[in-house]
Amino acid sequence: MNKRIERPTLQGAAKIKQRRVDCDIHPAVRSYSDLYPYLSQRWKLHLEDYGVRFRVPFVGASRFPQANPAISRRDAWPPEGGPPGSSLSFMQKQYLDPCGIDYGILFVLSPDGMMERNLEFGTALCSAVNQWQYNEWTQKDRRLKGSLLVNGEDVEGAIAEIEMWAGKTDFVQISMTCRGVEPLGRKRYWPIYEAAVRHGLPLGLHLSGDSGSPGGAGWPSFYQESHHRFSFVHRELLTSFVFEGAFERFPKLKVVLVEGGFAWISAWCWRADRQWLRMRDEVPHLKRPPSEYVKQAVYITTQPMDEPERPNDLRDVMSWFGWDRFLFASDYPHWDWDDPKQAFKCSLSDWERRMIYSANAEELYRFEFGNG
Amino acid sequence: MQPDGVLPTGTMSIPDKLDVGCIDCDIHPAVPSLSSLLPYMDEHWRRQVAERGLELQDFSSSSFPPNIPALCRSDWRRSGGLPGSQPEELIRNGVVPFGTRAAILNPLYGVQAIADEGMAVAFARALNAWIAEEWLPYDRRLYGSIVVTPQDPGGAVEEIERWAPNERFVQVLMIASTELALGQKFYWPIYEAATKHGLPIALHAGSNYKQAPSSLGWQSFFLAEYVDHTSIFQSQILSIITHGICSKFPQLKFVCSESGFLWLPSFMWRALKSWRGMRFETPWVDRSPADIIRDCFRFTLQPIDAPLESATFGRALEQLRSEEMILFSTDYPHHHFDGSSALPGGISNELVNKICVENPLKTYPRLRRLQQ
Repeated sequence: MNKRIERPTLQGAAKIKQRRVDCDIHPAVRSYSDLYPYLSQRWKLHLEDYGVRFRVPFVGASRFPQANPAISRRDAWPPEGGPPGSSLSFMQKQYLDPCGIDYGILFVLSPDGMMERNLEFGTALCSAVNQWQYNEWTQKDRRLKGSLLVNGEDVEGAIAEIEMWAGKTDFVQISMTCRGVEPLGRKRYWPIYEAAVRHGLPLGLHLSGDSGSPGGAGWPSFYQESHHRFSFVHRELLTSFVFEGAFERFPKLKVVLVEGGFAWISAWCWRADRQWLRMRDEVPHLKRPPSEYVKQAVYITTQPMDEPERPNDLRDVMSWFGWDRFLFASDYPHWDWDDPKQAFKCSLSDWERRMIYSANAEELYRFEFGNG
Repeated sequence: MQPDGVLPTGTMSIPDKLDVGCIDCDIHPAVPSLSSLLPYMDEHWRRQVAERGLELQDFSSSSFPPNIPALCRSDWRRSGGLPGSQPEELIRNGVVPFGTRAAILNPLYGVQAIADEGMAVAFARALNAWIAEEWLPYDRRLYGSIVVTPQDPGGAVEEIERWAPNERFVQVLMIASTELALGQKFYWPIYEAATKHGLPIALHAGSNYKQAPSSLGWQSFFLAEYVDHTSIFQSQILSIITHGICSKFPQLKFVCSESGFLWLPSFMWRALKSWRGMRFETPWVDRSPADIIRDCFRFTLQPIDAPLESATFGRALEQLRSEEMILFSTDYPHHHFDGSSALPGGISNELVNKICVENPLKTYPRLRRLQQ
């Protein structure tokens, strides 16, 4: 299905500095008041009085009490105060500089305007977060690139946000929450995909949010259960995008799945292909097997690194899907992050390493390294 | 059914020289209509059915609408009745061609999903009585599953106690989708009763539609819902493991039916990684979830969901690192393969023998006794 492309390994390649693109870094607001300069008086007062209203039981705690303070590395708290990810200078010192990150793609997880139940407020929150990213991060460190948050439940608002920022190289993709009011492949969201394609922006889908629906097996009880089950969302998103026909309708749409692991993707492709062969009369709008649409549209990040009992089994699953589709991600500063220097327990050739750590992302996001 | 050049899922019949007489662990008799169950209801429920006109309604599960072509092979479809609704017909089409020596009947009639728990229990009881009276006596090769209603564990336990004296009932059957995740204490009485009588618990694909079948919501297509079923099985397995069911009931086996199994390697890797990182949360889970899955969970053969390339299938199968987990099934009358080729190609005779005979005999103690 996926032929590995053989390329010669450069002699002495080890001496050339390995470029590194990190496709998942989390900046954090110190508190929501960091966003006040970017909110109208009306929404500032609303945020102060009513707060954000997501589909969750607590105003400031997870349904699944977490494993670590602020779900972060214990050494990632900035010395000047504030939560992990809130200080650019500390992020530079602790991570970007010593790990040699050439480009880092930001995902702001909180507040997630698309999860806000008040549609207009959700759109205003997205807009504020984007301005904050631009002023406080991407303009201050040119290695950092933003993911443009949009409130996909308010399609008009989302498109206005895309149009406003599309000309800036500060934002390299559009970000939506994975669990919307409806599965994201459905037609209500298609105008956003049309805009994404028009501006050549991939859609970055970082695991996030709480749909208020547990799925077909009830709610998990434990954090470890929820942490693992969270990743099923990406598989279900593929089902939705493929079978609704979104990839058929938008052949240039690129989707990046972030933080859901990746070893599962081939088994999804096999099952989807087999079941499509059995029941394709139900979806005549699909012209090709599901795996071909996925191969056309989907990139997938490496964190949290899958760890087979036999490390080299990972090479099988990566070659089945294709080395040209994996993007390194660290998830800094979160507790379950992957260190770029030791993320892989299996062997990788220089070519495979280059594809995963930079070449695939450079092509997808059109990064240029003109000056070396 | 298959386009040119695509390897069909089943390519191999039972090799003649083995003459194993396989054990089919998932075969579906169909309830023709609620009227068939009336003789097995007490006066109260017979009157309820009559006065409310319920025999005019179709309680076939929405997870298995009988007219979908993939849910019945064309050569097994019969005029004037549901496929598999007569014992003679099921034996002729689903048992004889496969040289089956024992077939476990899994009726998928949807009565367990009725909102009135009392009615669901009563109808499930009538369903079990119908199997006991009209199917098991018909042919010694047929074995039963005790259909229970997990939403009323007390009723489920009564049902297990009622039928356990009949040795031809060899397992307990539930639909994989439940309102609460299956590890929760609410269900433990069912596990206790099943363990007491040496009955594995089969979790068969299917939803009760009390919540959306996926954590993203409602899929548009039957095909998409079927593909996403993996998430339901995986969620239940995680819940069962994290709640410590497998050490509390070490003799108990869960049989995932019509679940697929090639998703297991990546799923086990991630479950192992999550446990390593977060086991402080569940100190009663004292060994690797991958080992627990290999010990306590079994998976029926069809649908195989094999990759389109046979070489990849061999590698994927090998990543299970166990030959003990797969139990032969035809999933009659669902259409996964043509002819009598229910086994995947390219596996050793030794593995064929394990899948067809040894693994089922080890899984079902009652069957083992009756087969001696």
